[in-house]
Amino acid sequence: MSLYRPHKKGTTPSGYRGTVVARERDFTAPTVQLLNPAGVLRPTPEAEPYLPLVEALPDTTLEQFYRDMAISRRIDIAGANLQRQGQLALWVPSHGQEAAQVGSARAARAQDHIFPSYREHIVGMIRGLDPVNILSLLRGATLGGWNPAENGNFHLYTLVLASQTLHATGYAMGIQFDGSVGTGDPETDAAVLVYYGDGSTSQGDANEALVFASSYQTPQVFFIQNNQWAISVPVSRQSRSPLSLRGSGFGMPGVRIDGNDVLVSYAVTRQSLEEARSGAGPSLIEAVTYRMGAHTTADDPTKYRTDAEVAYWAERDPITRYRTWLEGRGASPAFFDEVDAEAADVAADLRRRALSLTAPTREKIFAHVYSEPHPLMAEELAWLDAYESGFEGGAA
Amino acid sequence: MSARTEEEQAVAETIELADAASVSASVAEPAQRDARDEHAEQGMRGVQTLSMAKAINAGLREALRADEKVILMGEDIGPLGGVFRVTEGLSAELGERRVLDTPLAESGIVGTAIGLAMRGYRPVIEIQFDGFIFPGFDQITTQLARLTVRHDGAISMPVVIRVPYGGHIGSIEHHQESPEAYFAHTPGLRVVSPSSPHDAYWMIQEAIASNDPVLFFEPKSRYWPKGPVDQDHSGVPLHASRVIRQGTDVTVVGHGAMISTLLQAADIAAEEGMSLEVVDLRSLSPIDYGPLLDSVQRTGRLVVAQEAYGFVSVGSEIAATVAERAFYSLEAPVLRVSGFDTPFPPAALETEYLPSPDRVLEAVDRALGY
Ligand SMILES: Cc1ncc(C[n+]2csc(CCOP(=O)(O)OP(=O)(O)O)c2C)c(N)n1
Ligand SMILES: [Mg+2]
Repeated sequence: MSLYRPHKKGTTPSGYRGTVVARERDFTAPTVQLLNPAGVLRPTPEAEPYLPLVEALPDTTLEQFYRDMAISRRIDIAGANLQRQGQLALWVPSHGQEAAQVGSARAARAQDHIFPSYREHIVGMIRGLDPVNILSLLRGATLGGWNPAENGNFHLYTLVLASQTLHATGYAMGIQFDGSVGTGDPETDAAVLVYYGDGSTSQGDANEALVFASSYQTPQVFFIQNNQWAISVPVSRQSRSPLSLRGSGFGMPGVRIDGNDVLVSYAVTRQSLEEARSGAGPSLIEAVTYRMGAHTTADDPTKYRTDAEVAYWAERDPITRYRTWLEGRGASPAFFDEVDAEAADVAADLRRRALSLTAPTREKIFAHVYSEPHPLMAEELAWLDAYESGFEGGAA
Repeated sequence: MSARTEEEQAVAETIELADAASVSASVAEPAQRDARDEHAEQGMRGVQTLSMAKAINAGLREALRADEKVILMGEDIGPLGGVFRVTEGLSAELGERRVLDTPLAESGIVGTAIGLAMRGYRPVIEIQFDGFIFPGFDQITTQLARLTVRHDGAISMPVVIRVPYGGHIGSIEHHQESPEAYFAHTPGLRVVSPSSPHDAYWMIQEAIASNDPVLFFEPKSRYWPKGPVDQDHSGVPLHASRVIRQGTDVTVVGHGAMISTLLQAADIAAEEGMSLEVVDLRSLSPIDYGPLLDSVQRTGRLVVAQEAYGFVSVGSEIAATVAERAFYSLEAPVLRVSGFDTPFPPAALETEYLPSPDRVLEAVDRALGY
C-alpha cells in the first residue's frame, strides 16, 4: 500500500508529495474474564486456559475470596468515617477494586514479596498486616508503619507514584541473583508482585522498571489497577492503547483482565507468578476496574465524572457478582450472614483500636534517620529536649 | 589535557598521609604507623604509588572480594571499565553478575539498587558524570534517603553512589558540575569526597562498609596524578576532617580537587611570608567541625573554597556554623571563594570560573585586611 495519495498538480504546496494516509491507530486487547457481571461463569475465549486454576480451588478458598472482599468494603466505610471525624488525615478508599486486589493477593505464596502502592489495604491484611498500622500512617503518627519482614513481605506504602516499581524490580533482581528462582522447589522459589495505578504508568520509573525487569528477566509480576482515573484525569490521557500492551513493548507478556472478576484476577496472577518463580521472566497484568469512591477523602469526584459513569460501574460490582455465583453454587444465606457479621466486627475492632492509637514522642523525629550514629541527630534531639524542658513545670 | 602536569603530580605527593599527627583526637583512630615494618613481615601490603583512579579501583576490588553482597552497577562499567576506567578489570575478575552494565537509566539504577539493598545486597553505583545524576535525584532523595527512617530502622540502605565530579578537565556541558550541596542538604544521606589517592582507597571501602547511603564525590581532575597509598593503615575515619598543612595566619578549607588549589595557594603565600593552615573537609555530611574550629581558634581567620556555586552551598553552611561556634575567635568574617552563580561556563572560560590559587589568595588578603 502506498502511503501517499497522488495529488492533483498545483493543489498542494511545493514540497508535499500528496495527502498523507494515516496508518491504523486503533489498538485493542481482549479483556480476559471468567465470571461475567451477571455472576455467570462464562469464560471468554482467552480465559479458557485459566479455568482449571479456578476449578482446582476448594470451597474454603472460594469462600475466603468473598470474606476478604466483604471485609475490605467494611473497612473502607470505617476508614472514611474515621477521617470525617477528624481521626485520620486522609483515607484512601478501595471500594470497587476489591476483586482485583483480593484475587491477585491470594495468588501469591508466603515467600513472595508484595510492593503495594497506597490503596491495597486488603492485600496487606491478606499478608498478615494489622490494618491499624495503615491507620497509623494515615493518621500522621508514622512515615511507614510496619516491618515488611514481619508482615508477610508486604512492603511499605509508597506515596511517590511508581517509585516502588523499581524497588520491586531490584528486589526481584536480588531473588534472581540469589538463585531463588527456577529450582523447582515450590517452597523457596520466589517472585515479586508490584501494584500501581493507571496514572502511575506514565511515570518514568514505571517504564524504567519494565526495562530493567525485562533486561534481567526478573521473577516479577507488574499489576496495574486501571481504575479509570488518576485523581481527576481519565486514563485516556495516560494512554491511547490498552495498558496491557505496555508489556509486549518491553518484551514481556501483558494481559488485560476484568479487574472486577475475582476469579480471573486470581487465576491470571497465579499463572503469572508461577511463570516468574519458574524462571520464565516478568509479566504484566492490567486489571480493568473502577474507583467507586473519591480518590481520597480530600477529593470531590462530582467535579470530573458523571453519575451515569458511576452507575455503569455499579452494575459491574465485584462483590455482588461473586455473591451471585457463590449462591448459584449453593452457598447458604447463613454463610453470607456470618461473613457480614465478621466484617462488621473487624471494622468495629479496627475503629476502636484506631481511636486508642497514641501519638509518637519527639525522639521519633530523629530515631533511625541514619542506621549509624550521626552528630546532627544527637545534637538536635538534645537541643529540642532542653528547649521543651524549659517549658515543663513552668507557669501553666 | 596539559593541565595534568608534573606540578600537579608534585602537589599530589605533598598530600602526605604521614601527618596523622594533625588529626583531631575526637574522631581519629590512633595512628599506628610505627608498626608498619612488623605488618610488612606479616604479609601486609605496604605503600604503593597509585593514581586516584587506580586507588579507587583497588578499593573496589578489596570490597568486592571481601563481601559477595557487594555489587557494582552503572553504565559502561563492565568490559570497558567505565568512561574513566575506574572499574577496569573488575568485571573480568569478578564476573558480570558482580559488575553490572545496567540499562541506561539513572532512576532505574538507583531504584533497583534500593530493591537490591532490601534484599541484602550492598550496591555501589557509578554515575557516569556529575551532570547526569539528576534523572536519579528523585529516587535518591525521596526513597534512598528515607527508607531507613520509614522502616523505623528495621532495614538499612547500604548503597554507595560514586559521582565523578568537578571541573578542570575542559569538557563539554554537564560534565564538570559540582552538585554536592543538593545531597548534603538531604537528611538521610552521607556525602564524602576524597582529595588524594590514599583517602580514595580507604574512603571507598569505608563508604561501602557504611550501612547508610553514601554519595561519594570523586574529583575527576585528580583521577590521574599519583600519590602514596598506604594499604595497611587508613589514617582517619570516613567522616573525619583533618589539617593537612599546618599554618598560623589564615585557615583555608575545602574538599576534593580544591585541596590541590589550596596547597598551591599555601605555597605561594609562604613565599610571601604568610602562613596558611589547610583543612581537608573529606566529609560534607556530616561535617566534622572539630579540626576546623580548633584551627580557626588559632588563626582567627577562615576562607572556604569550593568549585560549586556559592549561593546556598556547603561553603555557606560552614561559614554560618563557624560564625556561630567560633564567634569570639574570629578576627574577620568567614569568606567564601566559589564557582560563580551561573551554569558552569563553556570550558574555554573555566579557568576564570573555577577558584584558583590567586582567587584564594585574594580572599586571604581580604581576611587579613580586617
Ligand atoms: C510523583 C507523584 N506525583 C503526584 C502525586 C500526587 N498524586 C497522588 S495519587 C495521584 C493519582 C494516581 O493515580 P493512579 O496511578 O491511577 O492511582 P490511583 O490513585 O487511581 O489508585 C496523584 C497525581 C504523587 N503522589 N506522586
Ligand atoms: Mg487510577
